[in-house]
Amino acid sequence: MGRVILIDKIGIPGIRDFAVYRAHGGYSSAEKALKEMTPADVSREVTKSGLRGRGGAGFLTGLKWSFLDRKTDYPKYLVCNADESEPGTFKDRYLMEHLPHLLIEGLIISSFALGVKTCYIYVRGEFKYIIGILKKAIDEAYQQKFLGENILGTGFSLDIFLHPGGGAYICGEETAMLESLEGKRGNPRIKPPFPAYKGLYDCPTVVNNVETLAAIVPIIGMGGDAYAKIGVGKSTGTKLISACGNINKPGVYEIELGLPVEDFIFSEEYCGGIKNGKRLKAVVPGGSSVPVLPAELILHTVKGEQRLMTYESLAEGGFDSGTMLGSGGFIVYDEDACMVRNTWNFTRFYHHESCGQCSPCREGTAWMEPVLRRIEQGKGKYSDIDLLVNIADKIEGNTICPFGDAAAWPVSSAIRHFRHEFEFHIQHPEIVKNPDHGSLIQYPASSIQYR
Amino acid sequence: MQNYECRMSGLINHKLYKRENKKVEFSTDTLKRIREIITHYPAGRKKSALLPVLHIAQQELGGYLSVDTMDYVASLLEIQPIEVYEVATFYTMFHSGPTGKYLIEVCQTGPCALCGGEHILDHLENVLRIKNGETTSDGLFTLKTVECLGACGRAPVMQINTGFYESMTIEKIDRIIADLKNEENQQPSETRWAELF
Repeated sequence: MGRVILIDKIGIPGIRDFAVYRAHGGYSSAEKALKEMTPADVSREVTKSGLRGRGGAGFLTGLKWSFLDRKTDYPKYLVCNADESEPGTFKDRYLMEHLPHLLIEGLIISSFALGVKTCYIYVRGEFKYIIGILKKAIDEAYQQKFLGENILGTGFSLDIFLHPGGGAYICGEETAMLESLEGKRGNPRIKPPFPAYKGLYDCPTVVNNVETLAAIVPIIGMGGDAYAKIGVGKSTGTKLISACGNINKPGVYEIELGLPVEDFIFSEEYCGGIKNGKRLKAVVPGGSSVPVLPAELILHTVKGEQRLMTYESLAEGGFDSGTMLGSGGFIVYDEDACMVRNTWNFTRFYHHESCGQCSPCREGTAWMEPVLRRIEQGKGKYSDIDLLVNIADKIEGNTICPFGDAAAWPVSSAIRHFRHEFEFHIQHPEIVKNPDHGSLIQYPASSIQYR
Repeated sequence: MQNYECRMSGLINHKLYKRENKKVEFSTDTLKRIREIITHYPAGRKKSALLPVLHIAQQELGGYLSVDTMDYVASLLEIQPIEVYEVATFYTMFHSGPTGKYLIEVCQTGPCALCGGEHILDHLENVLRIKNGETTSDGLFTLKTVECLGACGRAPVMQINTGFYESMTIEKIDRIIADLKNEENQQPSETRWAELF
């Protein structure tokens, strides 16, 4: 049984209410930080904890905070990234829905550490009911003097405002989010200047994911050193993993980083194995943007070591044989899933969501989508596979924001590991005409890597 | 600047967005709330309130954004109409024309497709006798596909207006559609966007 330190209070009835949250030890970390610590102390604990951004990139939070221009005369802002729209990821929604006060407590501590007086929570527009839950929690926190002027008599003041998105995936990218907050189209900005220097309204800004900000609460509660002892190496602490796809128990799980992937998929405590007694074919472990891996490679690295749920272990082998922990959107495919159809599906998503600012991404996704569709429908040619590799290669690294990479990786990794499926589609148009052809596909025995 | 506005207005002859030359106006209460929302942003940054105000406008001024509505929002936030048009066309939650009373949005992305999201769409098309993107003749239902709704753990998922309907099955759909048809007038009204900030 892994330790649960972030969402430990989640089962308590009525925990959404301030009174219940407080009665179960809530806001004690905020009290500790504001009354007993200086902002520098808080930042130091976060640095010591080794906490890495939970939104996908895995950048060190303490380091990100250290870039903020603290001596500036301009106002500083903290923006909470709650625009969760990565396919396969639903952890932030779960956290905000059940523990809204945990996020608010994390925002109070982080704002105190950063010297921020105004905080925005950018929530994706489709989560209207979550905006309602957060609004109620924020109102309660104002009434109880945990927000507003002179919090707990310490002289520290903080306002938190909610801002809705409009249904654009790209606004989860931090500079696109800032543009959107300013009332513009969500077109990412060129970096540098980085938001820590010139962000919202050209003022120093920190953008953090919901889970990152919530994790500040247990870090202050237990101390950065204690938090750093959980996990393996540079992957410290716990992480929320949202598991979905063909598994028995989809849902959000808090795991200690370092848990073997095999245990996560097959143990009763977590995913509970593959649905309907099928075999495991592939896993996308960090949201749709990260490379897909076949069963053998997700369970073991090419060196034969057991793969662990850590930033380093999942990336072992680079993109040749590895992937990324990403946002923790863990999508599991059974033996009947068609990887070509899935790749087409993801590419359609990226085509739909591309903001259109950079040509390689705008044109590239619009080109890959029909090529993948015709392969999937049995109308493809062998040269289409090379074409896809070529387009993906030319998108990657040639765009302003990482969206282009995110659109290219699923395609190049699917072809790398499942080329035989693409070839099967081209060879057997009569079989793939059936939209549910996943279970009808027969591959050469040498290519099967089920588990 | 006035000239510029006139020229821009003349340009708007969009195939989707229509100028209806209707008078649009928020209620006094909504206007009060919008003024409150504007205070959430620094002085001189009224434009930041654009997304919340567009959500409110779409909900309270007819269920979609006409050119008249967008011009009205521009005047409220003291920005050029084009600044509203470009934002309204970028974000998928804003509609260019009327939708049915119940807007059914079916998720089609990866995990939902893996768990049968495509069958859900097919079944809805059969039951409602409309295609993706169309509205039933009685104006009750509009069917639309959307990308990831962020509820992959209970795939397949759909939204009716802003409510989430999860772990969908063919039987569940039949029941939900029948309920909506019967209790057409008894549906609880949606939360007002204006009360959320």
